[in-house]
Amino acid sequence: MLCQRCGERPATVHVTRIVNGVKTELHLCRACAEASEPGISSQAPFSIHNLLGGLLHPLAGSAASGSELRCPSCGTTYEEFARTSFLGCEECYTAFAPQLEPLLRKIQGADQHRGKRPVARSRRPRAGYGQAGAEAGSQPVQGGAQERLARLRRQLEEAVQAEEYERAAELRDAIRKLEAETAAGKGAG
Amino acid sequence: MSLERVLRSPGGAWLTGSGPAADVVVSSRVRLARNLRPYPFPTKLSPEQARHVIDEVRAALNALPPTRSGRLELVELQALEPLERLVLVEKHLISPQLATTELPAAVAVDPSESLSLMVNEEEHLRLQSLASGLQLRVAWEAADRLDDELSERLDFAYDERLGYLTTCPTSTGTGMRVSAMMHLPALVHSNQAGELVSTLARVGVVVRGIHGEGSKAYGNLFQISNQITLGRAESEIIESLEAVVQQLVERERGARELLYRERRTQLQDQVGRAYGLLTHAYAISSEEALSLLSTLRLGVDLQLVPQVRPEVCNELMVAVGAASVQYREGRLLEPAERDIRRAAMIRERLASRQAPRGEG
Repeated sequence: MLCQRCGERPATVHVTRIVNGVKTELHLCRACAEASEPGISSQAPFSIHNLLGGLLHPLAGSAASGSELRCPSCGTTYEEFARTSFLGCEECYTAFAPQLEPLLRKIQGADQHRGKRPVARSRRPRAGYGQAGAEAGSQPVQGGAQERLARLRRQLEEAVQAEEYERAAELRDAIRKLEAETAAGKGAG
Repeated sequence: MSLERVLRSPGGAWLTGSGPAADVVVSSRVRLARNLRPYPFPTKLSPEQARHVIDEVRAALNALPPTRSGRLELVELQALEPLERLVLVEKHLISPQLATTELPAAVAVDPSESLSLMVNEEEHLRLQSLASGLQLRVAWEAADRLDDELSERLDFAYDERLGYLTTCPTSTGTGMRVSAMMHLPALVHSNQAGELVSTLARVGVVVRGIHGEGSKAYGNLFQISNQITLGRAESEIIESLEAVVQQLVERERGARELLYRERRTQLQDQVGRAYGLLTHAYAISSEEALSLLSTLRLGVDLQLVPQVRPEVCNELMVAVGAASVQYREGRLLEPAERDIRRAAMIRERLASRQAPRGEG
């Protein structure tokens, strides 16, 4: 296919636009694409980072001037984050929380983790950054043990179903041990 | 060094062409991103801190019980020749990014090449688990177990509300990327691949070429992975990706059947030509080889080439890489020389399969 602008070079850039539900397609060569469609370059591979940068920039310029923010721990500035979409350390999550949380909701559609947690977390509680972690006392410890138990029981079921009896035996022992520990913890608390 | 065996092996257990839906799904992969306290993320890590991270990971790995296939042994990238690093990239054991990082970095691989670990890439740790065919759950279980074992010995950056904290907020939460490497020649052939890519993007599924972000889909190989990492449990993410992959498998199989039914002669012709070129060419580029191997693999899956086994195609898809070819020769080669050595290797490999119990 030849470029729709110059009609000379082969079309290598294909642009699909959907404006108010109307779809238009453009087939251009690289030279015409770069000349007429700012921001389109076949050189720069499209990536999630480019996309993320687009989401961050409007925020950087807006209210509360996030651009002057700086993480006290690693020195990463908000502007730097907006440009690279990389955070510098875990403290950045606190330093940029007001900007980061809406962003997370936008790109992830959620702001609450529902997956697994580190095993050691149940033994070594640590304050989280969000509300949930504010009182990292005995509560999360119990919660951790319960979650871990539920997970082990599920794994046990799977192991039995898959007829992996050696693994099932290991899991059974781990469950008994954890149940004993949990019971002891409750008795003492 | 056990890594040398990995570098020399034709392919890991995940390339055997076995497992469910192996005619379309080459392999399943789970990657978990983890960072270590109290270090800054790799973007802000000093070389000295990077070495500390490596030391901590090494100590944790040495304390682990061996996996079913053996021990994960850590090797620093600085100890590897540039060519050796590139071989690891072509074998999908490390990312191109890790191969070129300036920070002290490391890789650990188990002897079956199913489990591996990258240290100081975009995140301090990237655990990777691979399985042959469509076995996302199997890959997840292995990754989950290793992650649990490591988390008993390493202090991972984790927040009660946001989950695992990662360098890029696109991974925050589970830090998990689940993906299936799919061979979709019939969908590409019938011009349905482009449409699928845009449809999948709308349901939060990312489609990329085989070597990850920004690369082209050489050899009709696509990596299908989850976009969202926060707000859903790992099992939910795996389930929904599996459903998408399963649908793609059905679509690809449908497209293959249609080709077989309505255009059998053209199909046989193309497969036969691909096989002819691969077994008789004396110089071949990696791009051409991949494209021909893709056609050959399609023929193998449709039982048009009974003499070739699927795992040979899979292994060749890795072995034709520029670094792998040069590594086999033990030295750097000019591109023209590389094409000659590549063609010889392919001829040999396909010939040895035609007469597996030959005069030997």
